[in-house]
Amino acid sequence: MEKNLTHIALFAALIAVLGLVPKIDLVSGVPITAQSLGIMLCGTVLGARNGAAAVLLFLFLTLCGLPLLAGGRGGLGLLASPSIGYLIGFPVAAFVAGAITTHLRTNIGLAATIGAFLGGLVLLNVFGVLGMSVMLEKTLPEAALLAAPYMIGDSIKAVLAGLITQAVAKARPAALLSRA
Amino acid sequence: MLTLTSPIEIWAHRLPTGPKIAALAATTVLLFALKSPLTLVPAAALVAAIIASGGRRFALTSLQMLRPLLPFIVIVGIWHLFTDAPAEGATILIRMLAAVAAANFVTMTTRLSDMITTLQWLAAPLAPLGLKPRTLALAIALTVRFIPVMLHRMDAIRHAWRARSARRPGWRVLMPATLAALDDAENTADALRARGGTG
Repeated sequence: MEKNLTHIALFAALIAVLGLVPKIDLVSGVPITAQSLGIMLCGTVLGARNGAAAVLLFLFLTLCGLPLLAGGRGGLGLLASPSIGYLIGFPVAAFVAGAITTHLRTNIGLAATIGAFLGGLVLLNVFGVLGMSVMLEKTLPEAALLAAPYMIGDSIKAVLAGLITQAVAKARPAALLSRA
Repeated sequence: MLTLTSPIEIWAHRLPTGPKIAALAATTVLLFALKSPLTLVPAAALVAAIIASGGRRFALTSLQMLRPLLPFIVIVGIWHLFTDAPAEGATILIRMLAAVAAANFVTMTTRLSDMITTLQWLAAPLAPLGLKPRTLALAIALTVRFIPVMLHRMDAIRHAWRARSARRPGWRVLMPATLAALDDAENTADALRARGGTG
């Protein structure tokens, strides 16, 4: 009980910290913060339930007015912004990434990469594109065009999520709640 | 840690949080219901007037908080100029700016603790999902406390990397940071249990 609670709280903090650290330039010109990597890690390391709970806690604090979203954004204004789809998709992405990591009985690194890819990239962008399409009154293909540049970075992040999850499995096998 | 609450106290700081959020919800629904620029522009002007009532510095901060929307404004603006539908583009953008600015106004004029209490109350129906208010309060406190701790450690890891390598610290610093977060979680869980648990 205490363990679940502290893991959820600490990983909510980790998502925030990954959004605050200086941008990591993987591909020049495409703005990348590690925040969505934090969302993926919540799922792949903590598992579906705890991972989604950590993301919800992070979102709660952000909406309450802490500027924790990448770029120092926060507050109720996020609910009316075109990025709303991504916010709704965050906990779902973590949940799916976690469920896949837990149930796909392959090597942990591979399972986490696939989970992070399907949850944190494919599903998250479905939510994000739907959100932009509704808020900006554009057709789905038009909105998808807006999201496309970020997907390069997201696929790199899915691979990183797999590598980091594998490293966690090696260094702290007992702490990997997604495969506990 | 800094919150988005404005340090410049204005009249709206003294209003109770619940009604403020209810008024915001009504404003947002109204803004999205207005389809014609003729009705939308006065509504947006009203939002602007309310923000301006906070004084110049308050209004400037409020304007700065809209900066993340700039890319959308540019893209939608260019798009609608090319598709020869500038009126529609203006409607979308004015509505977006007014709705976000109104919500930011509530955030700027509400203390973090009041906002947490009110949103927690709004989230109360979720309690059966395992969100007991006491547990949530403890989780919030832990997260807020550990964000500066983790930022500090991320810096320490970067410095350790720079001391040993000529290359820039890239994604590799994220591994020790994740491990440290897990260790912190274990240690804090032990500390909580030793003090009687979460009840």
